[in-house]
Amino acid sequence: MGTTIKATPEIFGHAENNFFNASSGWKSWAFTLDHKRIGIMYLIGVTTALFLAGVFALVLRSHLWIANSEMLTPAMYNQMFTLHGAVMVFAFIIPSIPAALGNMVLPMMLGAKDVAFPRLNLMSFYLWVIGTGCLLYAILAGYGLDTGWTFYTPYSIETESGVIYATAGAFVLGFSSIFTGINFLVTVNTMRLPGQGWFKLPLFIWSLYATAIIQILATPVLGITLLLLISERLMSIGIFDPRYGGDPVLFQHFFWFYSHPAVYIMILPAMGVISELIAVYSQKRIFGYSFIAFSSVAIALLGFLVWGHHLFTSGQSLVVTLIFSAITFSVAIPSAVKVFNWLATMYKGSILLATPMCYALSFIFLFGIGGLTGLFLGALSTDIHLHDTYFVVAHFHFVMVGGTLTALLGGLFHWWPKMFGRMYNDMLGRVGCFLVFTGFNLTFFPQFVMGSRGMPRRYATYDPEYQIFHQWSTIGAFLLGIGILLAFAVLVYAAFKGPKVGGNPFKAASLEWQSSSPPDFHNFLHKPVMTDPYDFDAMVYDEDLDTYIHREFADPAKVPPRVEPIHH
Amino acid sequence: MATADTQVHDEHEHGEFIAHHFDNAEQQYDSGKLGIWVFLVTEVLFFSGLFVAYTLYRSHHPEIFDQAHVFLDKWLGGLNTVVLLFSSLTMALGVRYAQLGKNKLVAFFVLITMVCAAVFIGVKAIEYSHKWDQGILVSSAFNYTTVHAVPATAIGKALHISDYLVYLSAVPAILLIGFLIAAVGFTVGGKKILGIFCGCMAITAGGYFLGAVGAQVYMNATDGGVGGSHASQPILLYAQEDHAADDQAGTEHAVDDHGDGNEEHSADDHGAQASHGPDPTKFVRDIGIFFSIYYCMTGLHAFHIIGGIIALAWILWRSLLGQWRSDYFGPVDYVGLYWHLVDLIWIFLFPMLYLID
Repeated sequence: MGTTIKATPEIFGHAENNFFNASSGWKSWAFTLDHKRIGIMYLIGVTTALFLAGVFALVLRSHLWIANSEMLTPAMYNQMFTLHGAVMVFAFIIPSIPAALGNMVLPMMLGAKDVAFPRLNLMSFYLWVIGTGCLLYAILAGYGLDTGWTFYTPYSIETESGVIYATAGAFVLGFSSIFTGINFLVTVNTMRLPGQGWFKLPLFIWSLYATAIIQILATPVLGITLLLLISERLMSIGIFDPRYGGDPVLFQHFFWFYSHPAVYIMILPAMGVISELIAVYSQKRIFGYSFIAFSSVAIALLGFLVWGHHLFTSGQSLVVTLIFSAITFSVAIPSAVKVFNWLATMYKGSILLATPMCYALSFIFLFGIGGLTGLFLGALSTDIHLHDTYFVVAHFHFVMVGGTLTALLGGLFHWWPKMFGRMYNDMLGRVGCFLVFTGFNLTFFPQFVMGSRGMPRRYATYDPEYQIFHQWSTIGAFLLGIGILLAFAVLVYAAFKGPKVGGNPFKAASLEWQSSSPPDFHNFLHKPVMTDPYDFDAMVYDEDLDTYIHREFADPAKVPPRVEPIHH
Repeated sequence: MATADTQVHDEHEHGEFIAHHFDNAEQQYDSGKLGIWVFLVTEVLFFSGLFVAYTLYRSHHPEIFDQAHVFLDKWLGGLNTVVLLFSSLTMALGVRYAQLGKNKLVAFFVLITMVCAAVFIGVKAIEYSHKWDQGILVSSAFNYTTVHAVPATAIGKALHISDYLVYLSAVPAILLIGFLIAAVGFTVGGKKILGIFCGCMAITAGGYFLGAVGAQVYMNATDGGVGGSHASQPILLYAQEDHAADDQAGTEHAVDDHGDGNEEHSADDHGAQASHGPDPTKFVRDIGIFFSIYYCMTGLHAFHIIGGIIALAWILWRSLLGQWRSDYFGPVDYVGLYWHLVDLIWIFLFPMLYLID
């Protein structure tokens, strides 16, 4: 430490020439093949979806303030929770971390200039726009959607609402997700830096890789399912329609064959983000690297074998139900492996309670509760009691919001200075995190209580005995909304007005921090050098650049020049 | 994986078609190859839902599949199988000549592949239109009659073909005429390569009519054609059923029938067929489910064939421009792999749908 070095700011510091001003004009964004710009466009897109679906949630919570509320008609209530679920799941959570954060950092973590298929990447984004557009068209055209996000038959065949538009939207969003998955999988396989073996990858890459496997293997099944549902509505083909000999439960099997693995599409990238955050803000080598890496793959594979636990009450055979229950329990093992390794990483680490670390700690707490309550639902006898109650709602919100959204925010705060080259107000960031954490718990913890006391989900009215829990929940929801708004306000303000920072303000060691902030159009101005992503002692402070750089670069003469790409 | 020394490369190695983010031709080729294989995995899973539906309904209702499959013509299905297998051969030859950088031969074999694809679609159009004529439709609309619908359109009347066939053929007809005019126009205008390309596309569109006319002639010879009585299939149907009833009494098939609550229903059917001969009203319940699955599977497959023709046209165009070299032929390889998968799916569909026994 303390070595004085002279490296140019353009390579490792704050770069005035970067991918933002490499080209200009709206076409340079609309037709960009740059993974960083696509990542930012995705981020804007998914954040818009988050706020839209968040507003739907607040409308729902406001309606539920009193027991026999007449704020919404029951039909409108059905539409509102359906749209909340469908937009949140398909347009926000699934693409959120992989497509926004992953696009931004995955190629850079590999020392690559871009993903393997940049045009496919752009196409994925536009498919997201089209798919979300179709989903929203169901509302704007006045059709609405009242099937729940799961589109269960036979109701989805009979309802007058815009099932075709919504399912077409989900179908297109599925392809968007598949293309991201193919891109990431191939990029990790073929574009790693020379010498960067599988066990020298940051754990975020492992989790994105596991996610890509699920996206590739599960999403096509959703595609054909939705296509059959659309055909069913247009032509009554009778595959799912019992009137013509079809089996509506087959739809449930198909749907959950995708949608249960999709739950892991949502949570695995979040776990990857947390692995990075815990290591960097504890300044300690991640504990149990290979266990965390393989547990991601194990979760991805086990995820394909548990879909039947969504059908415990559908009349499937007892033997099948027992098997699904047993495999469901086994998912707890790799999940717990991760949690214990994170805790062990923090042990005797040099913990810095910066905003990203606050989110990471929130994640561990909330995901812990979300995961453990999943075991109540995986156990057959308790599930019969808890099935379709607010207990289920609270459980998956603890995983999806307490897990994925928290990790997304943590990841954004972590990589924001890298993306924009500017620092946020850390105190306001932590206040936002506190509001999100408190608001979230106030929203969803009472739902465990009322769920276990029998409050069914998806009901527009309820017995007055549950009113106090609903009111806590509603207050919490608004608090959570304020927290999320504050977090994004802090980030957006920082992107434009925050103080400038160098390439590596957090003393992180993975490859993406070896570039300037914001990065160059080609990501690196030098030839990136393979370094250990968790060797924080190798990072030294550079006084001139006011940032951390790898000690190999302490002598500017040793910074390898970039191999100029040949343009044609 | 790129190796360290490949970072340093000369002009020759860093060819014209290497995208800026790849280090070398090998990395680009490997990425594309892995990408297309992974894409094919998603395609297999995309069809898997239909295969599961098929398996489920066949195991629950073997009687439906037993009775319904005879409506499919084995010989037309077999012809299409041969056509697609041959197209896989020509595609493989196209890939081989791309590896050797012989662009003219690539163009030739890709054109043959495209024509085979079009013949396949032509035969499929005959099969579909004949079924629609007779009310052999998806489950909710299944309304079989032994008599073909009488054509109402002018072309249908003049050529004595099904109205549905007229509608289905409209697009290839427009493409044929359009590409012919374009081919002549470009050739006269001095744009030779565009002229050849449009000519090849016209030949491809012609392939559709080759398949359709051939299959129509065969249909006319075997079942009396449009407006006539459709005698052969019902006879085949009941011959088949009697045979099945004699042979399989007490076998698993019969047990299944009785096991799923349709006991009386099935028994009625068998009895009725044995004693009264052909009667379209005596099909087993929900026989249309078979055709729902048939149309979903073959329809989705046909869309993939059409997608394949478009991809092959892109390869053809680049072959005519002479872009393939021994160190750059990836796209031919990738489209070839896709084409083999589309063929392979048909190799499964043919026995599953046409050859049930």
